[in-house]
Amino acid sequence: MNNRVLSLVLSRLLIALITLVIVSFAVFFATTLLPGDTASILLGQAATPEAVEGLRKAMHLDEPAIFRFLRWIVGLMQGDLGTSYANEMPVADLIGGRFVNTLQLAGVTALFSVPIALTLGITSAMLRGSLYDRIVTVLTIGVISVPEFMIATSAVLIFAVYLKWLPALSFANEVTSLADLLRIYAMPVITLTFVISAQMIRMTRAAVIETLNTPYVEMALLKGASRPRMVFRHALPNALGPIVNAVALSLSYLLGGVIIVETIFNYPGIAKLMVDAVSTRDLPLIQSCAMIFCLGYLLLITTADIIAILSNPRLR
Amino acid sequence: MGNLVEIRDLKVEATTDSGRRVEIINGVSFDIAEGEIVALIGESGSGKTTIALTLMGYARPGCRISGGSVSVAGKDMMTLSEKQRARVRGTEVTYVPQSAAAAFNPAATIMDQVIEVTRIHGLMAADEARSRAVDLFRALSLPEPETIGSRYPHQVSGGQLQRLSAAMALIGDPNLVIFDEPTTALDVTTQIEVLRAFKSVMKKGGIAGVYVSHDLAVVAQIADRIIVLKGGEVQEVGTTEEILSNAKHPYTRELLSAFEPKPREAADTAETAPAPLLKIENLVAGYGPSQTDGLPLVRAVEDVSLNVEKGRNLGIIGESGCGKSTLARAIAGILPAAVGKIVFDGRELGRSARERTRDQLREMQIVFQYADTALNPAKSVEDILARPLTFYHGMNAKARNARIDELLDMVRLPRNLRHRRPGELSGGQKQRVNFARALAADPKLILCDEITSALDTVVAAAVIELLKELQRELGLSYIFISHDLSVVEAICDEIVVMYGGKKVEDITRAKVKTPHHPYSKLLFSSVPKLDPTWLDGLEQDPELVRAYCRR
Repeated sequence: MNNRVLSLVLSRLLIALITLVIVSFAVFFATTLLPGDTASILLGQAATPEAVEGLRKAMHLDEPAIFRFLRWIVGLMQGDLGTSYANEMPVADLIGGRFVNTLQLAGVTALFSVPIALTLGITSAMLRGSLYDRIVTVLTIGVISVPEFMIATSAVLIFAVYLKWLPALSFANEVTSLADLLRIYAMPVITLTFVISAQMIRMTRAAVIETLNTPYVEMALLKGASRPRMVFRHALPNALGPIVNAVALSLSYLLGGVIIVETIFNYPGIAKLMVDAVSTRDLPLIQSCAMIFCLGYLLLITTADIIAILSNPRLR
Repeated sequence: MGNLVEIRDLKVEATTDSGRRVEIINGVSFDIAEGEIVALIGESGSGKTTIALTLMGYARPGCRISGGSVSVAGKDMMTLSEKQRARVRGTEVTYVPQSAAAAFNPAATIMDQVIEVTRIHGLMAADEARSRAVDLFRALSLPEPETIGSRYPHQVSGGQLQRLSAAMALIGDPNLVIFDEPTTALDVTTQIEVLRAFKSVMKKGGIAGVYVSHDLAVVAQIADRIIVLKGGEVQEVGTTEEILSNAKHPYTRELLSAFEPKPREAADTAETAPAPLLKIENLVAGYGPSQTDGLPLVRAVEDVSLNVEKGRNLGIIGESGCGKSTLARAIAGILPAAVGKIVFDGRELGRSARERTRDQLREMQIVFQYADTALNPAKSVEDILARPLTFYHGMNAKARNARIDELLDMVRLPRNLRHRRPGELSGGQKQRVNFARALAADPKLILCDEITSALDTVVAAAVIELLKELQRELGLSYIFISHDLSVVEAICDEIVVMYGGKKVEDITRAKVKTPHHPYSKLLFSSVPKLDPTWLDGLEQDPELVRAYCRR
C-alpha cells in the first residue's frame, strides 16, 4: 500500500526533473535566439572587428550552441550560475539579495491571501445562491477583469498621493521596525492579494460545490449533520486535491509574474532583475532567473500533486 | 395518534430548468404502523423517493414540500425548524441509500461514518458506539466484523457496502428506516444475502420501514403492505398478498404482467439446417499491457467459444464483472481480442474494427446499455439516425428523410420526434432511438449490451416485445447480454452462462429450468419470484454460495 504511494510520489518527482531538463533546454536556446550579437553590444559601436572576435572567443560564443549548453548546465549543477555579461559580477550574487526580497513579498502575500481566499471560497460555496455568495462572485469576477497595474496605480493614487498614509515606493532594505515593515509591504501585498485571490476563491468555491452535490454529503445531511460538519468533515477532504492545485498555481505567479507590481512600487525583486537583464542582453542572468522561476513553479505544483495523492485514501 | 407515520395530502413542487413550477407529488396520503414495512413501488419519476425523503423533512435541491403534513411519531416534519429536523434525522428516521458506493465518503473510514450518527447526536461514547457497530456488522452477516470498520469504502464490495449502510442507518436505534432501492445495484446472488440481512434485523428490532423499489418481486419478500405510485399519485394500496394475487388497478396489473414476459414463439427453423451466422473460437480478451505470451495482463474473457445461428438469438448472462460486456466489445472489434477467431457469415473477421471492411462493420451493430451516454446530446434524433445512413449507404437527403421516417415507425416512435434532442426524450424513447440507429445500418446481427437494465420494468418489457417483432419482420439475430435471467429467457433461444471470464454452461431454452453447472444453478435460483414466501423458503447450498459469491 505504501509502496504504491512511494512510487507515485517518486514518479511525480521524476516528471518534475524531466520537465526541468526540458525547460533548461528551451530556456537556453530561446535566449540564444535573442537578436543581436552579445559581444558587439557589450563593446559598443566603436569596437573593432578584432576586439569583437576576441571577446566572442573569450566568452565561448564561437562554439556550437550545444557545447555552450552543456557547459552551462554542468555549471548550474555545480552551483555556478555564471558571470553577468553586463557588469562582470557573479550571477549568484546579483540574484541572491533580490531573490530573498521576492520570497519575502511572496511569503507575506501568501500568508494573507491564502486564508482569505479559502475562507471566502468555502463560505460562498456553503451559502450558495445567497446574497453573500453573489456579492463575492461579482467582486472576484470584477477583480479578475481589472488589470493589476490598474489596481496598483489606483492604490498608489489613493494611499500615497491623496491620503499620504503609505510610501509610494517600497525599499525593502530600510526596515527598522514592524511598523515600517507593514507600511512598506502594505500596498504591494494588497495588490498581489487582489490579483491571486480571485482565482483561488473561484476554484475553491467550484471544488467545494462539486463535492457538496455528491450523494455522501446528502447522506451526511440525512444523518442529521449540521452544515459546517457536512462541509468540513465530508466535502472539504474530498475537494482538497483541486484546492491545493489552485493555490499552488496562484502562488507560482508570485515568483515570476509580479513584474508589474515590482516596477510600479519599485520593489527590488527578481522579476524586475530579469527584465533589466533582457534589456542589457545579459544572457547568464536571464537564464538563471528563468530557471529559478521554473524551479519554483515545479516545486509548488509537485507539492500540490503530492498533497493531493496523500489526501486520497484510494492511493494511500 | 395510532400510527407511527401519518402522511396527509402531501404535495411537492419541483422547479424545472426553465423556472416553471411543476407539482410532482399531488396529494398523497398513507399511514405506517409501528413495526410495519411498507413498500413504495412505481417507475422512475413516479415520486417514490421524493415521498420517502419527506419523511425526514427533506426535499432534494430544486424541490419544495408545498402542502400537506408528514407526521412521524407525533411530530409534523413540516412545522419543525431545520435544527429540529436534523435532530430527528439519524435517530428516529434513518435512510439507506440506493447506491451505498456513492453514499460513503471516500476519504473517511467506514467505522467513522457508521458511528457518525452517534457522534452528531451525542447518543453514546465512541467506544460503546464502536462495539455496537461491530454487533450490527455481525447481525448483518458481514465478514470480519471486528476489523471491517477500519477499511475505506473502496476496499469492500458493493454488497458489503450496502449492508454497511444499513448498519449506519440502524446504529441510532430508529423507529423508521427508509430503504431507497437498496438492492437495485447488486447482482442477484448478492441481493439475496442483503435482503435476508435487512429482513432479519428489521424483524428482530420491530422497526418500521419504507422500502422504495421498482421491483415487485424484491418487494414481495420484505414488505407487509404495498403502495403503487404513478405520476405522483397513489394508484393502489393493499397488503402484499392482495396486490400480488388480486390487483385491481390497471397499472398494477401492467407491472405484474411485465414480470412474466411471454416467451418467444419458438422460431423453429431447426429443420432448415441452421447456418451459423457468427462463430467465436477460443476468444481471449482483456485489458492492460500484453505479456510476453501475447496475452493481456488482466484477462476479462478467457477462452470463450460460441455460435449464433441465423435468425436465432443468443443470451449471455452472468453477474457484473464476469466479462460479458468485454466479450461483446471484442466481438464488435472495439476492444481487439488477443487470441481467437471470429467468423461472421462464413468469413473470418479482423480482430480490430479497423481491420474490417465497411460492409462487415455494417452487418454487425452494437447497442449500448446507457442510451444517455451513447447518444450525442447536441444532435437531434434526425441527425443521429442520418449519420449511419450516410456512412454505410451513402444516401442522399431525400432517401435519408424517407428512411428516418421508416426507422422511427419500426421502433414505434412518432415521426414528429425526429427534431428533438435526446435530452427531450424519456428513457424508453432514448433506448428506442439508440436501437433505431443500429437498425439504420441494415445489420444481420445486433449485439445488445444490457439494453433494458436502465429501464423500468414496464418499459423494458415493451422494448423486448419490440425486439421480437423486429426480428420476425427483418430476420435479425441478437446477442443479448444481461444480468437479468427473465429478460434473457424472454427473447433468447440459447443461453450462455459466464462466470469469471469463462463460459460455464450452454443452455437451450427448453432446459432453462434444469441447469447443470453449479454456478448456473445458484444464479437461476437467486432470481426473486413473485411469491412472498420465496425468500424464506429458499435454500441454497452454502458451499456453492461460498465458492461463487464474492459477498
